[in-house]
Amino acid sequence: MGESLSFVQHFEIWLRAYLILSLFSFLYRDNVFYKLSEHIFAGLSAGYYVGLIWQTVIIQQLVNPMVDNGHWWLVFPGILGVLMFTRLIPKWSWVSRVSLAFVIGNTAGIYIISSLHGLIFPQVASTILSLDTGNGFAGTLLALLVVVGVISTLIYFYFSKEHTGLLGATARVGIWFIMIAFGAHFGYTVMGRISLLIGRAEFLYYEWGGSLSQIF
Amino acid sequence: MRTTVPVIVAFLSGFVMVVSFFFNPDRTFIGRAQDVVLQWVTIVSGFTLVLGVFSIVRVNGRAVVRRTEDWPFKLATVISVFAMAIPAMLPVSTTSVGGKIFYSILPQSWGSWFGTGTGSIYDWLFNFVDSPMMETMFAMLAFYIASAAYRAFRARSADATLLLLTAVIVMLWRVPMGEAFLRLFGDSIPDYLNTFIMNGFNVAVQRGIIIGAALGAASMSLRVMLGIERTYMGKG
Repeated sequence: MGESLSFVQHFEIWLRAYLILSLFSFLYRDNVFYKLSEHIFAGLSAGYYVGLIWQTVIIQQLVNPMVDNGHWWLVFPGILGVLMFTRLIPKWSWVSRVSLAFVIGNTAGIYIISSLHGLIFPQVASTILSLDTGNGFAGTLLALLVVVGVISTLIYFYFSKEHTGLLGATARVGIWFIMIAFGAHFGYTVMGRISLLIGRAEFLYYEWGGSLSQIF
Repeated sequence: MRTTVPVIVAFLSGFVMVVSFFFNPDRTFIGRAQDVVLQWVTIVSGFTLVLGVFSIVRVNGRAVVRRTEDWPFKLATVISVFAMAIPAMLPVSTTSVGGKIFYSILPQSWGSWFGTGTGSIYDWLFNFVDSPMMETMFAMLAFYIASAAYRAFRARSADATLLLLTAVIVMLWRVPMGEAFLRLFGDSIPDYLNTFIMNGFNVAVQRGIIIGAALGAASMSLRVMLGIERTYMGKG
C-alpha cells in the first residue's frame, strides 16, 4: 500500500471514481447518474472555454493592451465583439452580421492563402519530389505507391464525370487505397480508445482501490 | 444595407489577408496589416464563443424557470458553467484596476483561487472533474466502436475484407504481444507494416484527401469573399 492519503486526496479520488462509474453506467442503460454527470460535463466544458477566452483573448489581447499600452484602436474590435450580442435582440440581430462577416471574410482570406501555399503546393511537391529520394528500390517503390495512391484517391473523389473506362478503373484503385488507409485509421483509433479504457480501469483499480483499502 | 454592408466587410477583411501575404511585414504597412487584422479577428471570435456559452445558459436557464422536463439536470449545466467560468474571470493581479477594487473587499490570499493558473478553482475543476469525464467519454467509445465493428466488419466484399484485414493487422502491430506474433512470420514484418501501410497507403490517401479538401476550402473561401456564398448571414 502507498503512503497515507489526506482527506482532500480521498475526496478527489472518490469524486473522479464516481464520475467515471456514473458515465460508464450508460453502457447498461440511460439513468439519473449518467444524465447528471453528462450535464455537468457539458456545463464545465462550456465554462472552460469562457475562462480560457476571457484570460487569453479579452484580458491579454484587448483590455491589457488598451489600459497598459494605450492601444486605443483596439476599441473597434471590442465594439465589433459586443455587436455580436445584438443577435439576442430579434429587431437588431442583423447588426451582428457585420461582426460575423468580419470573422468569416477574414477566415476566408486566410484559407485561400493557407490552402494554396500551406497545403496544396507542399503536398503536391512532397508527392512528386519523393520519387527522387535515391533511397534504393524500397524507397522508389514507396514513392511510386504514394504517387499512385494520391492520384487515384483524388480521382475517386472527382464526381464531375461518370466513373467509367480509365477513370472508373483508377477510381477503383482509389477505393482500395482508401479502404486500406481507413482500416489502418480504424485500427489506430480503436487502440487509442482501448488505451484510455485501460487508463480508467487502472485508476479505479489502483487509486480508488488504494483509497478504499485505506478507509475500510 | 442589411446584406450589402456585411458583404463589403467580408470582402475587405478577406482581401487584406490575401494582399498582405505578398508584402514584407517589416517594410510595408500592408504587410503589417495582417497581424493587426488577425488580432482583431481573434478578439471578435472570442466574443463569439462567449455569446455561444451565453446562449447555452439562456436556453437552460429558461427551462429551469419554466420547470420543463429534466429541469434539475439543466440547472446542473447552468451551475457548472458558472462554477467554471466565474472564478476564471475574476482578477488575479492585485495591482490591476479591477484587482485593486476586488481585493479591497476580499482577502488577497484568495487570489490564488481565481484566474486559470495552477491551484485555481478553474484548474482543480478541469483536472478532477472535467478531464476524467472527457477521458471516460472517449474510453466509452471503445465499446461503441467494437459494436459498430462487429456489424460493419463482415467480409462481404473485397473492399470490406481489405478494411478488415488492415485494421486487424494494425491493431495486432500496436500491442507487444501482437508484434511478437507478427515477427513469427518474419522479423521485419512490423517494419514493413510501418513503412508500407502507415507511410505508404495511409500517407497517400491522407494527401489525396488534404489536397481535395484544400481545393474545396479555397473555392468556398473565394465564394464567401465575393459575396456569392451568404448562408453565414442566416435568414432575414
